[in-house]
Amino acid sequence: MSLSADLPRIPGVVSLPLRGLPLAPLSLALSALTRRLSANHPGLFRRLGVHGRKRFLVDPIDLPLTLLLDLSDPKPRVTAHRTPPSADCRIAGPLSALLGMVHGTLDGDALFFSRDLVLEGDTAAALALRNAIDDAELDLAREVTELAGALGRPLTRLLPVLESLTHLPLRRVDGEPV
Amino acid sequence: MDLTIGPIQFFWTGEHWLRFYKELAGDPSVTRVVLGEVVCSKRQPFFQTLLPEVVDLLGAAGKDVVLTTLALITHDRERSQTRDLFALGLEVEINDLSALSHVPEGTPFSVGPLVNVYNEGTLGWLAEKGARRVCLPPELPPDSITHLAAAGRDLGVAIEVWGYGRLPLAISARCYHARLHGRGKDACQFVCAEHPDGATVNTLDGTPFLAMNGVQTLSAAHANAARMVDDLVAKGVAALRLSPQTQDFDRIRTLFRDRLEGRIDEKAMLAAMPDLPYADGYLRGEAGASW
Amino acid sequence: MELVCPAGTPASLRAAVKAGAHAVYCGFADETNARNFPGLNFSREELTEAIAFAHARGAKVLVAINTFPKAGGQDLWHRAVADAERAGADAVILADIGLLAHAARHHPTLRLHLSVQAAAANPDAIGLYVREFGVKRVVLPRVLTVAEIAALNRAVDVETEVFVFGGLCVMAEGRCSLSSYATGRSPNTTGVCSPAEDVVYGTEGGQQTARLGGFLIQRSTPDAPAPYPTLCKGCFSVTDENGEDKRGHVFEDPASLDAAALLPDLAAAGVTALKIEGRQRSRSYVEAVVRSFRAAVDALEAGRPIPEGTLARFAEGGERTTGAYAKPWR
Repeated sequence: MSLSADLPRIPGVVSLPLRGLPLAPLSLALSALTRRLSANHPGLFRRLGVHGRKRFLVDPIDLPLTLLLDLSDPKPRVTAHRTPPSADCRIAGPLSALLGMVHGTLDGDALFFSRDLVLEGDTAAALALRNAIDDAELDLAREVTELAGALGRPLTRLLPVLESLTHLPLRRVDGEPV
Repeated sequence: MDLTIGPIQFFWTGEHWLRFYKELAGDPSVTRVVLGEVVCSKRQPFFQTLLPEVVDLLGAAGKDVVLTTLALITHDRERSQTRDLFALGLEVEINDLSALSHVPEGTPFSVGPLVNVYNEGTLGWLAEKGARRVCLPPELPPDSITHLAAAGRDLGVAIEVWGYGRLPLAISARCYHARLHGRGKDACQFVCAEHPDGATVNTLDGTPFLAMNGVQTLSAAHANAARMVDDLVAKGVAALRLSPQTQDFDRIRTLFRDRLEGRIDEKAMLAAMPDLPYADGYLRGEAGASW
Repeated sequence: MELVCPAGTPASLRAAVKAGAHAVYCGFADETNARNFPGLNFSREELTEAIAFAHARGAKVLVAINTFPKAGGQDLWHRAVADAERAGADAVILADIGLLAHAARHHPTLRLHLSVQAAAANPDAIGLYVREFGVKRVVLPRVLTVAEIAALNRAVDVETEVFVFGGLCVMAEGRCSLSSYATGRSPNTTGVCSPAEDVVYGTEGGQQTARLGGFLIQRSTPDAPAPYPTLCKGCFSVTDENGEDKRGHVFEDPASLDAAALLPDLAAAGVTALKIEGRQRSRSYVEAVVRSFRAAVDALEAGRPIPEGTLARFAEGGERTTGAYAKPWR
């Protein structure tokens, strides 16, 4: 039995316009988010251990871009790229699979068994990142809305709409209500 | 340093088995012989009746004769056979820890390479129970051999190391030979006898990698301590274990003896060895398969 | 029956407890435990906090220190036992004789469980560990049939724990050095089987491949399910006595154990505790599998039928097996 059929893919009508998207502002926003995560979840980077200075290529295969999480610098950065840059490892899968792992709704090994998740290069670094993120119990939606400050509140209201439109797991579901 | 001949890991016919030990009795290079079935109890009836003759023969030739237990004792029948081993008045080599329950009070015994002796704590505990010799698990790195040989010296336990032959890597309740032939273990029809040195398991790109031998999995390469002899002597290792195989085993015994007694050097020894894939990675602290 | 659940991280431990685990097992982030994988396991502080969390909700925490201490370096293992006791662990799960002797001598009130890595498969072996070290529970190797487990329970006076879900070792546990033969590291020595550092995934001639320590262990079409890159689940070829080349999973097909349907039989066989494998899995796996098995255990105790499981999606190769519990497996 494969999970593949259950995983939503980003339709071309959404991903196509992304090809024209300027990447610099996206990279800036993602780096800001990463630094926020690093400050709020120090355990995440500590858990990476010997892999804490590596470059991770995250490849949502249904989007026309790849993301480089670069920890080789003391200030962690995420940059978006049209052509994948060199990295220690590549973690590739549909955006819904990647977000599902971050938000604790999907199991990385199960995605691997069904080949929805592909690991290349330094397998140990990729596993370390996956396990560290799983432990961090991240909620990207909350982090983004908090980062957005005054804009956050309308974003929060938009979230359920976005989720039902995209079928993406945009937030953590197994958390305690705060 | 002495040479110990380990138990035959494979399923040989009674005739082949008897011929092997008769030849061994006449070989002065060997001081110690471990006899008996270590892998599968279903093979025992095929040479059990020949055992007393071989014990006498080897004893008369001045060898220390030792009987091994099975590596994986599960059935009640296997348990009672193990208990009976200790009644024969010969030294027993334990290869499944559960056999310790049957050691009569105050009887010394030896421990084979299939018991997990990884550290001084375990070695000391076994010594307290009466262990006088331990053949270390083949996967131990060189540092561990150093520490255990030193601890063995203090405890009066001789430390032996796997010197030659396909490495025993795993044991299972499942018979791979039977499985390969689509049979159950109970209906195996002794198909493992077709491979008296084990059936080589190749990777899909054709590299010999492992070997199957009934419920046992071995290395395809032959472990060979030829290049580590000086190092093991310096560590205080008491004996090297040579594991029987069908081809050129007499030559291998002689080469190890000649090397230990300084009659040949490492280069000459390697040059004279049969042309086989070898491995000595474990003894150098690397992947076991490396050479 | 007690449900013993895996936790590779503090988040998984909390997920297990919330999903109904009676006990959770975990280990320190070093070579002392048999799931020494990148990014997993607990620091001393994390263990202390996790135990407080579990105890506040009525769940136990068992600490696995189940590798074989290194000669010349036993102190790391001795400290792990002492630290687990200090953190309030309900038991430690040990495999090595030397370490059991150490724990029995220096930590006499600490409850000892025998790890599956000790592969105690008959009453003589189990009796030895009970008699010599006061072991209170034995985790049985995954090589026994249900009938053999029942016979064993009649013959020994100790609690037994059996695996009911997750990864399946085809070899006797703790007695396998396939991994170190290919890579230099094994479950017994460093707590890893087929270490990720030695795994290389690739594409060769349009096929997906996995190499371990340079050895090709899997090659399949991209649409075939992927197994773990462990040697015993690898695909190889053997030439039989007729010179015929037989290709396939000669040791074990990739599949996960699922013994949910056998719970009534295991209960009748006198088993005390049911163990779920998977400290390397995510908290979503832990949550779903624990919840499913807790429902099954509760149903069993209330005399209701075991609910149909929904766990196939977590299984290796998408396939489930009852493993050695049914005799034809052998």
